[in-house]
Amino acid sequence: MIDTNVSRRTFLKTSGALGALAVAGTDAVTADSLFGAGVTVADAEPEEKIVWNHCAINCPGRCAIKMHVKDDEITRVETYSLDSKDMNDIQPRACLRGRAYRAWVNHPDRINYPMKRVEGTKRGEGKYERISWEEAVDTIAKNHKEVMEKYGPEAIYMNYCTGNYGVTARPWFRFLNSTGGYLPFYGNYSLAQLMWITPYIYGSKVGAGSSLNAANDAKLILMFGTSPVETRQGGAVSHHDYVAMREQTQGKIYVIDPRFNDSLSGHSDEWIPINPGTDAALVSAIAHELIKNDQVDLDFLHTYCVGYDEETLPESARGQNKSYHDYIMGTGYDLVEKTPEWAAPITGISADKIRSLAQEIGTTKPMFVDQGWGPQRRSNGEMTGWAICMLPILTGNIGLPGTSNGLREGSYSVNLTSLPDGKNPVKAKISVFSMVDAIDRGSQMTEKADGVTGVDQLPHDIKFVINYAGNCITNQNSDINWVHDVMSDESKCQFVLGSDILMTDSLKYSDIILPDLFRLEQPSMIGTGGDGAYMLAGSEPYAPKFERKSAYDAAALIAKALGKEQEFTEGKSQEDWLKSCYEQSRAKDPQLPTYEEAMEMGVYTRQNPKGAVVVMDKFREDPVANPLDTPSGKIEIYSEDLANYIATHEFKEDDKVAPIPIYAPEWYGVETKDEKYPLQLSGFHYRGRLHSSWGDVDILKELNPQEAWINPADAEKRGIASGDKVRVENEFGKTELLAKVTPRVIPGTVAMAQGAWHDADMSGDRVDKGGCINTLTTHRPSPFAKGNPQHTNICEVKKA
Amino acid sequence: MTQQAFYFDGTRCTGCKTCVFACKDKNDLDVGVAYRKVYEVTGGETSKDDNGCATTSCYSYYTSVACNHCDDPACAKVCPTGAMHKDGDTGLVTVDADKCIGCGYCHMACPYNAPKVDREKGHSVKCDGCADLVAKGEKPSCVMACPARALDFGTADDMAKLGEQADSAPLPEKSYTKPNLYIKPSRDAKPAGDASAKVANPLEVK
Repeated sequence: MIDTNVSRRTFLKTSGALGALAVAGTDAVTADSLFGAGVTVADAEPEEKIVWNHCAINCPGRCAIKMHVKDDEITRVETYSLDSKDMNDIQPRACLRGRAYRAWVNHPDRINYPMKRVEGTKRGEGKYERISWEEAVDTIAKNHKEVMEKYGPEAIYMNYCTGNYGVTARPWFRFLNSTGGYLPFYGNYSLAQLMWITPYIYGSKVGAGSSLNAANDAKLILMFGTSPVETRQGGAVSHHDYVAMREQTQGKIYVIDPRFNDSLSGHSDEWIPINPGTDAALVSAIAHELIKNDQVDLDFLHTYCVGYDEETLPESARGQNKSYHDYIMGTGYDLVEKTPEWAAPITGISADKIRSLAQEIGTTKPMFVDQGWGPQRRSNGEMTGWAICMLPILTGNIGLPGTSNGLREGSYSVNLTSLPDGKNPVKAKISVFSMVDAIDRGSQMTEKADGVTGVDQLPHDIKFVINYAGNCITNQNSDINWVHDVMSDESKCQFVLGSDILMTDSLKYSDIILPDLFRLEQPSMIGTGGDGAYMLAGSEPYAPKFERKSAYDAAALIAKALGKEQEFTEGKSQEDWLKSCYEQSRAKDPQLPTYEEAMEMGVYTRQNPKGAVVVMDKFREDPVANPLDTPSGKIEIYSEDLANYIATHEFKEDDKVAPIPIYAPEWYGVETKDEKYPLQLSGFHYRGRLHSSWGDVDILKELNPQEAWINPADAEKRGIASGDKVRVENEFGKTELLAKVTPRVIPGTVAMAQGAWHDADMSGDRVDKGGCINTLTTHRPSPFAKGNPQHTNICEVKKA
Repeated sequence: MTQQAFYFDGTRCTGCKTCVFACKDKNDLDVGVAYRKVYEVTGGETSKDDNGCATTSCYSYYTSVACNHCDDPACAKVCPTGAMHKDGDTGLVTVDADKCIGCGYCHMACPYNAPKVDREKGHSVKCDGCADLVAKGEKPSCVMACPARALDFGTADDMAKLGEQADSAPLPEKSYTKPNLYIKPSRDAKPAGDASAKVANPLEVK
């Protein structure tokens, strides 16, 4: 029921190509009769124009897309490349996905018309029929009005989505505020746990580390659970920046990861394999050695931090053996001394190796410590993320050249003002990972147990959902089989509006679907950066095709039906907003070119005048004049605020929590795997997709096969060879994909790229044939952030 | 003649395949055809002892290869019609589609797996070094695409200043065809013919 995307223009072009064959002597009569004669030579060869725009998916790369456009079709996709030998110039070169835009934009499953779910079918079946925009808008407005009147704005929700970024790319929040408000979320699926804990450590104003090029000055570089070349693939973000840094630094690099990721390719001596979820155990044992060998920076710990030892604990914690030192040396908390021998069987790293690593850490300065967001996307992610920060803290490697703070690398960026969201009257918020819970049992969700904020308890379940440019209902959410049961039960959520460019797995849960435009099919701007800053600006290559509309125009129509058009648009078009937002950006950053210049340039770049971002340098320089935004103004190794939070909130028995960064064994981890599910299972970011974006583009799928990485030791026991189809399963579901038997993964762990498209018969056996890891992930949230622990899984693998 | 050549920096390449897709876009290549390929070579072991502690000798590296426009091209040697030929000015090896009969000898002869017969088009297809762009003074699409800037293109003399003539696994020994590909090998790279250096991503380089 979905129209294919072969437009009239494409037919004409095909006709032209067949016409050319006629000259070569082949039979073109059929071609003419098929496609119609009378296409003149001049029409068949229209002029080519160049149109700049930008990539807009969930990667800070947002690289430059330079489209060759002929006869309303994109005929070639280039990017911004200079023929320069200078590795440090700023070139936002698009990655393989950016270069595959033509196949995605012209995908046969592109959504071209508004659609409604076929009567009598259930959410999730994916059966839709074409309707008019008028009918779509009326249905949406009617349901919005009903839910607003019956329950109020707390029952209205806009789901997390990452498929569209740009200055005016998020009009739906503004729409919802213009029409009475909605229940907002906090956090995100990328770094919920780390985002939650970081303010307790460094205060709310520190969200990232130094830029990667700061490591050019380091002597030792530790990369925990990160693959900068894979997660941000563009030519002016961490892919390029990491390669450049590795070439320019004198520092020794270690990558601590269960997987020999692509950032290690060609550099195998840098790999330290570790069991997933155990980074905090490794850090604790290193801390033990640093303390034992008198290699901690006591001056730094006493001047810049609280809670390392009794001396700097807050009054409320004194005399109870509650310091970090007590935890590490076995005089407090679990009373276990965190020796390398203790950590070895947990981490899979031998005691000797831990000792030699600790010796390097204790004697080498400056040290640059960076963590990816993999270690924190776990059931113990808050504690793990915090623990990794302890290595720079214990050794005083913070705020000085060649150092970072243990968080993920930061950037030097162009910051642009976005379309204003407007004011939301709703005080309550839920964790981003809680949407399906809030549909299922929202009115029972509380501040103490479920991480609801702003109110003690939610007044209602969620009844109205907008899912725009997002695949986070099922595909990118956890425990797809459970989500399906909740979402397909129409007695729970009254209405789901979906809007996207392709029919995704999540979109199949919509009641009405609106056909969206790619960002590069509309005027757009975005600012970003890596080691260097840049801004991308561009316009539409052609007018909207079929009945597709921009999200802004769609939202304006619904706002109008609800009598709130003026509130939403203020009389402005999307382009008007783009211009006025940009003028605000220029007022703040007068170096920026004019709007017209920016559009003409397509790409604007700016080198960091300081060379590199060194995070917390002001604090290091003068901690009294430049205190952190923590209660003590210092780095908190023991957090009194967190101790109070723990005392006043509910946790499950196996949630291990503490006001210091402990190693917390996981619910589905190396210490809790069992005979039935004896392997750990961890996701990773794949090169041929960004999460699930591009996940259904054939040319990318062909050369980026969906595979489960399994060590030969584990594969041989199960009779599995590379290329075999295998079934990975656990208590939550079953999924099938190909095996990649490789020494690039630690024994005992299976690694699967996240984001593959879920493909299961949900009214049948529910076995996913798409290799989607979220068939196997738990919906139980992490203890503090109530975030997605999507790398915390155990499983069994069998030949399918 | 000024022979043109590719340069590949194995210390920079991360295996992303952007070069492959820039090429596919430029040449309108659908599923089933890629003129450039990125090989993963992986060897060694990662194992655990009785205490559950891991040791590893694993190594892994990528090599991006298209047509190497060889001095002694095996494909041109076996071509029965002369369709596969070396350009007199640039040394780029290209197919004359009018002369090619699609016999596939070039495909079988090339040790780099560069030419392939496109059955729909009825003739051999392969990397032509973006001869159209090179004629305009530009560099091939793959070279300008690389986010890690691991590729370059220019005269063989200039490229030879950057690296060694390609002689590392999984490529054949350079003596077979004298490739115009110069490589700066990564620390992990093994010499051509090394028995332990296996291609680990066969599905991606068909």
